[in-house]
Amino acid sequence: MNVHDKYKPLTWWDKTYIPLVIDGLSVTLRHFFRNIRLHILNVLGIKTKERGAVTYQYPEEMRPLWPRTRTLHRLMRREDGSPRCVACMMCETACPARCIYIVAEERPDVQIEKQPKIFNIDLGKCVFCGYCVEACPEDAIRMDTGIIDIASYTRNGMLLTKEQLLNIQPKVENYVARPDLVEGQPIY
Amino acid sequence: MQALAEAAGKFIFFIGLIVLQIAAVLTWVERKQSAVMQDRIGANRATIFGMRMLGMFHMLADMLKLFTKEFFIPMGARKFIYLLAPMISLLFALVGFAAIPFGDVLIIGGREIPLQIANIDIGILYIFAVLGMAVYGVVLGAWASNNNYALLGGLRASAQMLSYEVAIGISLVGVIMVYQTVDLMEIARAQGQLLWGWLPQWGILWQPLGFLIFMAAGIAETKRIPFDAPEGESEIVGYFIEYSGMGFGMYFLTDFLETILIASLTVTFFLGGFQVPYLYADGFHFPWGQVVLLPNIVVAVLQFLSFLIKLILLLFIMMAIRWTLPRFRYDQIMHLGWKILLPASLINILITAVVLTLIG
Repeated sequence: MNVHDKYKPLTWWDKTYIPLVIDGLSVTLRHFFRNIRLHILNVLGIKTKERGAVTYQYPEEMRPLWPRTRTLHRLMRREDGSPRCVACMMCETACPARCIYIVAEERPDVQIEKQPKIFNIDLGKCVFCGYCVEACPEDAIRMDTGIIDIASYTRNGMLLTKEQLLNIQPKVENYVARPDLVEGQPIY
Repeated sequence: MQALAEAAGKFIFFIGLIVLQIAAVLTWVERKQSAVMQDRIGANRATIFGMRMLGMFHMLADMLKLFTKEFFIPMGARKFIYLLAPMISLLFALVGFAAIPFGDVLIIGGREIPLQIANIDIGILYIFAVLGMAVYGVVLGAWASNNNYALLGGLRASAQMLSYEVAIGISLVGVIMVYQTVDLMEIARAQGQLLWGWLPQWGILWQPLGFLIFMAAGIAETKRIPFDAPEGESEIVGYFIEYSGMGFGMYFLTDFLETILIASLTVTFFLGGFQVPYLYADGFHFPWGQVVLLPNIVVAVLQFLSFLIKLILLLFIMMAIRWTLPRFRYDQIMHLGWKILLPASLINILITAVVLTLIG
């Protein structure tokens, strides 16, 4: 159907809705039989690359993330295990949501003057813009954990402290170089 | 006494074991079919001991939920009528099935049992009466709710149902003219005859236009999408806005039962009812002369299965229509009912009369 046709007044035959009903049914039934065939083939194990639905069964089946997706923050450590953060306040300054709270303290090491005493991120406020990562001169904060299921029953539960941020176990397997090409995932 | 036991047996079999079960499964089919049509998976979270059964348990979960929820009666509602209305709706959706023949004759112990709950020789008029009464449950429920939105929904429903009953009634006049009877059993039997010795004379052959009109008007009678202006579940809600718990459940069930009723009426009038092509009371008589004799019980079972398969196919199509089309605007509903379907059904009578006169 030409796009301009929809501005033409309907003819009597169109107003009986019969041609339009047949049009619509042909689309939906084509999808129905295509998908039901794929579902059956998937269950039988004959064909697994193409699926009959675009659904991800989320809690059981994680949707693959693109490499640049910003996920939960983590604080990086030096080789000796101390935080890389030098409490320069750059991220706190850059944060548009003001969700980062840092209190600096003196560091016994002569080369590096400061380290954070408190480093809190309030995920209830965070907008996941990634400015803190960009602002950081020490590569001390990253948003590459692959964790996106962030939830809590209380507001305090959304507040992550320095120790929590340092000890987050990244789920790197959630990241995939090309999610659109992953086998077994729907590609339409 | 024996006749009563016979009727009770047929009632339990057809309504209890077939119709109500199909209605329950339809709630599942509606979810799953729409999901498959829309590239989704559909409801599959209700489990019993970790079994999912393709989401079949959602039927049980729904029933459980509807039964355990409070049946709330709003302030100022007419209590008696408010309680009565969903029952009226459900009752008249159920009694319609009494006239539907789901098989020819079953012979048990030398006794001929016609497979139809009530042998009404004015079956079509009975069907009209039942379909006409369906509007009462809706309007009473709307009016007794003491809610303006419910009342407006009831107004829309009554206008729509009365409009489309006209088209339903007139579209069936063609069927009556072709088969010269108003007995549904006789109509179903007449569709077993062959044209030119090989073509089964199903109603759709003689009444293609009548079939389309009856289907369209029938879907409008069920008040489901695309004719769901009275309900508009997603935003305007309509006549059962105040109903909760099993009161809502009854209206919900009525929808599905009416869908099945319209589908089985369409099968009876236009798709040969219980007829299997070339199957007669004593077995298959193929047009090329071959004869396969079958005992009566096998014939009855085959006829019943034929009815059931046609019914399920038609329900599938009606579900597909429900999940394909958007809702008609109110003026479009009225336009379709009065300006398209009514004249078309009158033309259908004219064409039928001319053709019948020419054939003789």
